[in-house]
Amino acid sequence: MLTQIAYALPFLAQGFALTLWVSLLVVVLSLIAGVLLGVGLVYGPVPLRWAVRIFSDTIRGIPILVLMFFVYYGVPAIGLHLPSFWAAVLALTLFKTAQVIEYLRGAVGSIPKGQSEAAMAIGLTFRQRLAYVIFPQAFRRFLPPWINGVTDAVKGSALVSLLGITDLMQAINQVIGRTYEAMPLYILGALIYFAVNYALSLASRRLERRFSFIRE
Amino acid sequence: MSTSSNDTRALLDVRDVSKSFGVVQVLRSVSLQVTRGEVVTVIGPSGSGKTTLLRCVNFLESYDSGSIRIDGKEVGFRDPGTRQRRSERDLAAMRAETGMVFQSFNLFPHLTAAGNIMLGLRKVRGKSEAEARSIAEHWLGRVGLAHKADSLPAELSGGQQQRVGIARAVAMEPKILLLDEITSALDPELVGEVLAVVRSLAEDGMTMLMVTHEMAFARDASSRIVFMADGGVSAVGPPKEILAAETTNERLRTFLARFRASHF
Repeated sequence: MLTQIAYALPFLAQGFALTLWVSLLVVVLSLIAGVLLGVGLVYGPVPLRWAVRIFSDTIRGIPILVLMFFVYYGVPAIGLHLPSFWAAVLALTLFKTAQVIEYLRGAVGSIPKGQSEAAMAIGLTFRQRLAYVIFPQAFRRFLPPWINGVTDAVKGSALVSLLGITDLMQAINQVIGRTYEAMPLYILGALIYFAVNYALSLASRRLERRFSFIRE
Repeated sequence: MSTSSNDTRALLDVRDVSKSFGVVQVLRSVSLQVTRGEVVTVIGPSGSGKTTLLRCVNFLESYDSGSIRIDGKEVGFRDPGTRQRRSERDLAAMRAETGMVFQSFNLFPHLTAAGNIMLGLRKVRGKSEAEARSIAEHWLGRVGLAHKADSLPAELSGGQQQRVGIARAVAMEPKILLLDEITSALDPELVGEVLAVVRSLAEDGMTMLMVTHEMAFARDASSRIVFMADGGVSAVGPPKEILAAETTNERLRTFLARFRASHF
């Protein structure tokens, strides 16, 4: 049994690499999109605020699996054919973006209005106010839920296996299909996911301590 | 056209400024001039529009009509006729010409005392790190906090924080300093140290427009006092005249009487 699993390790490693790749793409893309849209939600003109609000509420109200199937099977109806990999990344990114928008809104909203005003009063432009006054302070509040979201993204990436993409989850299922050793392989898989996420939360705790300068 | 006539022209010229928040009119055709080197104090009951007026001067608030000029330049609008709002970049540049000190200090909690002062010098004035640092240290010295340059705001007392707030504003070399009830959030024993700093700036010729409830300070430090009531300017004059108990202005007399009853 162990030899069979050992034999399957390179294959599992490939799946694991794909899991990490999907997670990384989703985390980075959703961070960029979520921060931009989140700033739009907090500071933008009313139509933009409404648009972002509707986007965020809609996406967060749909099960992530439905969203993924919709992008892969539904969207081709309007002529957009995405390969399964990119359909999965897009769906997960949309979902994660909606969450990042809310984390950002919460973090920025917790900064007293006087901070923006003081930054305006010394003549900082909007971008400078965000970069030097608002974001450095909001970061500490943004970080914990966001890291939580990152671990969710790693776990949620297992859903891409349902579009036939060979990530860690799919690789495990395929090895089980050949070896009929379900229990040890699922345990192995669980341990790998756990190791990644535990490392992430350790790193997050360290980061939070480094940014604990702000009085509450 | 001569320079001398230029010098007597109002540095701050507020004309017929009105503003409403919804149905509440907070400023009613307010006009007010401050010349270079003058210290003008605005007093009045709460809700009389004092703070709103101050916030309009550096366009933290917009106003519905009228004109506010600093050194001849319209503050918030490109042209008073069209009332087309200035661009973000223009507004920032205009605001850099006015310093503001807030009731609640509003220091940046993630930056040290020196860092608070240096931010504007670096990013708005484009000074080098070393130059900004030396200016910051100079002003911290002026407000008696040379030894606190590397302290975070949370490590400072209220009075010390407010003195850093003043240093942050004046280090930008503004044309006019706006002080918005800067001692109202302080414990009584810390008020004196902050007012001493303001007094020394006034002696240096800094032009100031301040809102305060410190009547004794207003009397001693102001060139003129403006009494506001119900969003309008109700009386303007030298401190002695305005704070005289026998004033004929009914609103002012009531205000001063109520003030004396609660503060003395």
